[in-house]
Amino acid sequence: MNLLQDNFPTFMQGFGYTLLSSIIALVGSMILGTVFAIMQILPQNWVRTIGNVYVQVFRNIPLLIITFFFFLVVANYVKISGFTSGTIALTLYTSAFIAETVRAGILSIDGGQMEGARANGLSFWQAMRHIILPQAFRVALPSLGNQFINLVKNSSVLAFVGGLDLMYQGNMIAANTFDTFLTYIIVAVFYLVITLPLSYYVKHLEIKLKHAA
Amino acid sequence: MVTLGIFSAFTPENVLYLLGGLGVTVGVSIISVILSLIFGSIVGIIQFERIPYFSKFVGMINNIIRNLPLLLIIFFVYFALPKLGIHLPIFWATVLAMTTFESSMLAEIVRGGLESIDIGQFEGARANGLSNTQTMVYIVLPQAYKKMIPPIISQLISLVKDTSLALGIVLSEMTYRGQIVYAQNSNYIIPVLIVITLVYFLLNYGLSLIAKWADHKLA
Repeated sequence: MNLLQDNFPTFMQGFGYTLLSSIIALVGSMILGTVFAIMQILPQNWVRTIGNVYVQVFRNIPLLIITFFFFLVVANYVKISGFTSGTIALTLYTSAFIAETVRAGILSIDGGQMEGARANGLSFWQAMRHIILPQAFRVALPSLGNQFINLVKNSSVLAFVGGLDLMYQGNMIAANTFDTFLTYIIVAVFYLVITLPLSYYVKHLEIKLKHAA
Repeated sequence: MVTLGIFSAFTPENVLYLLGGLGVTVGVSIISVILSLIFGSIVGIIQFERIPYFSKFVGMINNIIRNLPLLLIIFFVYFALPKLGIHLPIFWATVLAMTTFESSMLAEIVRGGLESIDIGQFEGARANGLSNTQTMVYIVLPQAYKKMIPPIISQLISLVKDTSLALGIVLSEMTYRGQIVYAQNSNYIIPVLIVITLVYFLLNYGLSLIAKWADHKLA
């Protein structure tokens, strides 16, 4: 346990960066994902196509490649750090999955809801914001929770671009102390501190939703 | 100069080298998916059967693995297991890490699939004189697998994407070989990244079309 004591500030710094990157990417990808989900169900063909292409492209390529693109290509033109490149890539990647989840949530809402809202004089956007989306998010909540767990786990790619996150610091400590075994176990515990409670909460939500239906 | 880079990056040697990387990517994916289907099914069935203590214990281990980053598992297998005297070559270390991680993911899918089967199927099979094992093998699992094909394929897609993480332990797969190619000349970075992206996309988009087709066909 000396290893933990000696390197505690470094572990905590990594933990902080992992948490920070995850929260920024969560907020960003929720907004972006919702926008692309709505784009995919609009009547205009060209808007739907843009939404579909975006989602399909980012869902089907590795997060690591997107990260490298920002770190190696974009960073040449705009000054961004490894942490920023990783977080932007994480946001774009996750938003594609969130778009799919939110779209499924919207489609699960009965068509009568939209018709009723429109018949009562709400515009399409008002109906979307006040009637459809609140219901869709409730249905999608467990899957969104799973996406957030994935996001936290995926934030470990920051280690490849010097993102100072938990995985990166873990690698550094492992390389310095040669105690790879204990270091990676400690890193694992730090990740579980975030993901395990979330996964139990998601399970709880799933059960609640099943009973409500 | 950039246009020059686009063409000169893809000399026959470089193209062959990248294709070899694609072979490693696909190889790791296929071996891992077959192994994790087997182990994932076993773990999923154990969790579904609710054997006292044992199922809970397996479920707990499964939950822990599922909630760790794959990258951490890869590093652990390659850098930490040698401390316990287990030395694996890079390729098999990747396969072991991927299989461990994907098995725990697939176990959840299998358990979910089994739970979605109507209890009447079990009762009917048992009433007709089939044993517990026979009920599982001939009646329940075939129905459950049918429902599980789309989620299993999306798991396969993330597996193909995740092989790129083995870059961290210098597995010579496509992303790593791409790095080697653009290390020759910085003008190669953009064309090589674009081509690798395209290859991953085509591979995974093809798989997702199969998932969609299976979903329609089986629904």
